[in-house]
Amino acid sequence: MKVMVCTKRVLDYNVKARVKADGSDVDLSGVKMSMNPFDEIAVEEAVRLKEKGVATEVIAVSCGVTQCQETLRTAMAIGADRAILVETAEELQPLAVAKLLKALADKEQPQLVILGKQAIDDDCNQTGQMLAALAGWPQGTFASKVEVADGKVAVTREVDGGLETVSLTLPAVVTTDLRLNEPRYVTLPNIMKAKKKTLDVVKPEDLGVDVTPRIKTLKVSEPPKRGAGVKVPDVATLVDKLKNEAKVI
Amino acid sequence: MSILVIAEHDNAQVKPATLNTVTAAAACGGDVHVLVAGHDAGGAAQAASQIAGVAKVLHADAEGFAHGLAENVAAQIVALVNDTKDYSHVLLPATASGKNIGPRVAALLDVAQVSDISKVVSADTFERPIYAGNAIATVQSTDAVKVITVRSTGFDAAAATGGSAAVESVPAMAAAGGSSFVGSEIAKLDRPELTSAKIIVSGGRALGSSEKFHEVLEPLADKLGAALGASRAAVDAGYAPNDWQVGQTGKIVAPQLYIAAGISGAIQHLAGMKDSKVIVAINKDPEAPIFSVADYGLEADLFEAVPELTGAL
Repeated sequence: MKVMVCTKRVLDYNVKARVKADGSDVDLSGVKMSMNPFDEIAVEEAVRLKEKGVATEVIAVSCGVTQCQETLRTAMAIGADRAILVETAEELQPLAVAKLLKALADKEQPQLVILGKQAIDDDCNQTGQMLAALAGWPQGTFASKVEVADGKVAVTREVDGGLETVSLTLPAVVTTDLRLNEPRYVTLPNIMKAKKKTLDVVKPEDLGVDVTPRIKTLKVSEPPKRGAGVKVPDVATLVDKLKNEAKVI
Repeated sequence: MSILVIAEHDNAQVKPATLNTVTAAAACGGDVHVLVAGHDAGGAAQAASQIAGVAKVLHADAEGFAHGLAENVAAQIVALVNDTKDYSHVLLPATASGKNIGPRVAALLDVAQVSDISKVVSADTFERPIYAGNAIATVQSTDAVKVITVRSTGFDAAAATGGSAAVESVPAMAAAGGSSFVGSEIAKLDRPELTSAKIIVSGGRALGSSEKFHEVLEPLADKLGAALGASRAAVDAGYAPNDWQVGQTGKIVAPQLYIAAGISGAIQHLAGMKDSKVIVAINKDPEAPIFSVADYGLEADLFEAVPELTGAL
């Protein structure tokens, strides 16, 4: 079976977001961009399914600007077989991305689509669920374990208070949580190999998808700063402060 | 127009995050209706009817709702919205369950979802943290129906009692098929739930082992009646269960008192706890970033300071 895996190019995990002076957005000029960490886990899981002989082909997909090609090359260096970029300079919101992915899924007919549970830029946590809804497929979100057998996938999900397992009939959508796997380091030979793999570029118009944003960002501001308090010299002072100053115990 | 709140519940009781969601719903303007989709969930529906500010409770009962499967619950919500044409907003708590169901509802209605709002500015404009809370976006939805998940720390809890809403049975949608519940491992804790606890004792990698994590932090948590939390590093190292993780991609908490022991304070962790009323940091490293948000910082070895603190309380 084919597995489709979706990746987003985001501000690198280790870079602190800074708000633009005009309050219009976060400043992304000249900062390091990387693959969304949850998507890296998604790619790793898809590649492991191929290595186990469960998947026959892993297709990596990304939607966005031309530079997303780098993200897709990384996915192919991890082990995806080929890649598709839906290229647009428009702002893409989760519903639009889900529609683009649905159009690609119609074309490629994967049995399983794996995505990160959320992107660390907009922190939306929507795209996988939306894709599942549009395709009429079941969903296994926040996965910490994925097992495919007999036309079904058993997904162990991280829920409040512990774990829950659901069984989904394929085709299905899975979104990854942090501890599903530990993505491998990409090696130089694999990076070289990835350069030779196929990367197709399509436009939203080619897929017949209207990507017009539904949500307007009116402004982006710094969060209220929390000032540092005081250092206390010892435990006794701490207890005194908590009791008599903060009055929280 | 009315506002539909999707109750989070275990069929017997309504979970606390529902109460904060009701407060957010009231701020959107309009009558607040609460949907309890469950199985043998009369208890939860009754509890929902007691919540202050709720005008009506809709109770849909079917086996397919027993475990809150997103496919089934989303279909029920969409049917309600489309049939009644009465709902301008659908609000869910931004919990594991709400996050699972909300976007499915939004896509089926062909509308965007506004995730994890921390403030209602007006009926169509909301504030939500982005980039792990390093920026706050003010966003305006242009869709006819606004599907929203609510960050519970951004809103006070509505009173759980005092209301007297009518409970109305609504026809349950047939199960969507394609998904089934297999089982769950939910830890039974004698402690308060992390997201609704008044006090949280949280530990980091400095604890060094699962044994030490429990041995050092549990007595303090017991003494304070606190929930236990952990940094991602501590969870990754196996010192604490996954669902104890506080941070951008874990739980977002805002207790009255947050005690961080041996947590350095990565931005992703701060994103999950910096709205706490009072933050105490105990750390050996004077340069630890956690001190930059702590009201009270104690530069000390946690293996000495925490037991001493436990003893002093």
